[in-house]
Amino acid sequence: MDIINAIVLLLNYIFVPALSYGSQLALGAIFVSLIYGILRFAYFTAGDLMSFGTMFTILFTWYFQSLGISLGILPTALLAIPFGIIITILYVLLKDKLVFSYYRTKKSPPVQLAMVSIGTMFVTQAIVRIIIGPFDRRFFDGEKFILKANEFKEMTGLNEGLTIKSTQVITLLVTIIVVSILFWFLNKTKTGKSMRAYSDNEDLALLSGIDPKKVVMITWVIAAILATIGGALYGLDKSFKPFTYFNNMLPIFAAAIVGGIGNPFGAFLGGYVIAFSEILVTYAYRKFFIYLLPESIEPDGLLQLLSTDYKFAVSFSILVVVLLFRPSGIFKGKVL
Amino acid sequence: MRENLNVIAAYVIMLGLIILVGFLQSWSVALSILCFCLISAVMTMGANIQWGYAGLINFGIMGYTALGGLAAVLVSVPPVREAWQVGGLNMILCAFLIALMVFSIRFIIKKYNKSNKRNYGIALVIITGLVLLRLISGPAIESIEAVSPATTGFLGGMGLPILFSWIVGAFFAGGLAYVIGKIALGLRADYLAIATLLISEIVIAVIKHEDWLSRGVKNVIGLKRPVPYEIDLQTKEWFINLVAKFNQGTLNLITDITEKEQLLKQLVIDGSTVFVKLCFAGLFTVVVITLLIITQKALYSPWGRMMRAIRDNEEAANAMGKNVVKQHLLIFVLGSAIVGIAGAMMVTYDGLFTPGSYRPMRYTFLIWVMVIVGGSGNNFGAILGGFAVWFLWIEAAPIALFLINFFTSGLEEANAFRVHLIDSIPYFRYLMMGIGLLLIMRYRPKGILPEKIRQV
Repeated sequence: MDIINAIVLLLNYIFVPALSYGSQLALGAIFVSLIYGILRFAYFTAGDLMSFGTMFTILFTWYFQSLGISLGILPTALLAIPFGIIITILYVLLKDKLVFSYYRTKKSPPVQLAMVSIGTMFVTQAIVRIIIGPFDRRFFDGEKFILKANEFKEMTGLNEGLTIKSTQVITLLVTIIVVSILFWFLNKTKTGKSMRAYSDNEDLALLSGIDPKKVVMITWVIAAILATIGGALYGLDKSFKPFTYFNNMLPIFAAAIVGGIGNPFGAFLGGYVIAFSEILVTYAYRKFFIYLLPESIEPDGLLQLLSTDYKFAVSFSILVVVLLFRPSGIFKGKVL
Repeated sequence: MRENLNVIAAYVIMLGLIILVGFLQSWSVALSILCFCLISAVMTMGANIQWGYAGLINFGIMGYTALGGLAAVLVSVPPVREAWQVGGLNMILCAFLIALMVFSIRFIIKKYNKSNKRNYGIALVIITGLVLLRLISGPAIESIEAVSPATTGFLGGMGLPILFSWIVGAFFAGGLAYVIGKIALGLRADYLAIATLLISEIVIAVIKHEDWLSRGVKNVIGLKRPVPYEIDLQTKEWFINLVAKFNQGTLNLITDITEKEQLLKQLVIDGSTVFVKLCFAGLFTVVVITLLIITQKALYSPWGRMMRAIRDNEEAANAMGKNVVKQHLLIFVLGSAIVGIAGAMMVTYDGLFTPGSYRPMRYTFLIWVMVIVGGSGNNFGAILGGFAVWFLWIEAAPIALFLINFFTSGLEEANAFRVHLIDSIPYFRYLMMGIGLLLIMRYRPKGILPEKIRQV
């Protein structure tokens, strides 16, 4: 019985939260990786693009709520996401036309493009803060829990409860759907194949008649879709605050590099690697060992490897180790 | 002379703007803008010798700034004897342990060839070291933090004059840069940027949460100053006479004695803040000019030529027998050390150390905007960038207010749209910075004062 209790404890505090956090990171990491592979620069606006998309999702959610439209037990935001996506797509395409295309045609070095993306980061951040303000916003409605701790205890007769929030399930389902569609698109359709070809070898791809404009446009569209969905899911699960989104850029980059930058599938797994290690390392295992060990050698301390304040340190240490020992990332991306 | 005309013109305009603020707002505001401009100028010089001389991207400026600030605390705060008694020994032991770990890892790396076995050995050393550290430091930290937590709760510093910290800050930042450079400098440019960004976040996390070292988010306040205090000045005879002399014209107009005294008192109070800020500005100017002379000398020395050669074509420089890796590491350390000086200067000026206030937007990306806008590779440009961008950063709010009032003048006072815009005035500075950066990168990619390329 104690063993089951211990497992449920880990499921509740590590597995379920890490799975949903990892999915949110993975969506971000995939688009950073795609932009890196196809447009060939580090896109520092990543976090703020997510907050931009989320902001419009929130605005549409409020609009629908004022109209009295709702999805019942599901959050209204799910209905608003497509509208958020459309506006984000328009925004990134406009940004590309006004800013990035100039440097692309000039064949500027990637560093310069990264600097330009810092400029757009400032602008995006300003837009978000001017429109919605810097404060914490919650926009979740509908049924909050699928499984409550108490119900689980009654159901199974265990000491430990298992809580599953509906946002966690939604996050996981949406991620699975979006990512499967994306990989189907990249691997099976002609456009997707041309994108991968362009990413592998630009000159060869151009020689075979691939239209670079189309490839670039589709990359931006995919980036906007993933950013909005990832951001909105994160906001539903936790809360929306522009500064947190900006900070999320760090684990997202770590995930993309760990997975092998330029390799979307690696980035997808990288998101989970980062999320799981962040939570595994900062969790206090005291209760877990109390269940497992006999009473005589029960631990006194918290048995926490690192305090939760050092979340970033974990993702960075993984990054350093990966860069030192496998510079192309765990799942072989472009060689650095 | 002719070719330097644009430099002189740019600086005259900049100083004119600051003086204009003095007349329009107040001299106190103008001088604090000037002080921060000078601090920003030091930071941009640090970033500029990394980016402009050597082409290294360092997005960890925030971390070095914070380390410089930490140096100011550790140098100037008097030691907390009680805390040293309860936990000092263990902390010193920990320091030795860390040194031991570093040396044994170096030994393993030197002694054995690259293999899985070596990696496991290193991992073993790190893990046992961490466990030991935890066991030794854990109780010590608890007892140190328990020593009157409301006022101290940390080990304190050395109780030396705070000016020393400007040098110590440089060493702290340089030391960190050495470690980071050893690990990360082999990476390609954009990876280096991401890696340094992450490291700076970790430095902040450590400073924020290791309360025994820096008091963490409880902040350290009331740091000693290298310049006189306002309160002391206001009672000094010579200072009152000085203020009276300066304002003779206005004072002579008033005949009533009590009224005259009152005015003089007010003038002395105003004058003391201005005087203190003037002292700071003087100190900072000395630092900026010293650094400027050194960096200019370096830029036009054989060493500077080599750096530019490495920046422009790494492979060719390597083929000519220049040790690219070593030079990169050197310049990475030097640039970071300069940023460390700026961090210590800033904490000295503020008189307080607030780890919670270090944010990447303000301390990393803003500095980069300064470098790019000013002109990378040109020290005069970098300083000008520091001045111009900081000035805009501070004055963005009044400018935005003016523009909003101008464009929405057709709307009524309580219009929701107008009220919303006025509420979000602080964020217009991001917009201005972003658009400014994008415009400069597009139409003047080498900055306002571009790098001079000498024709042969």
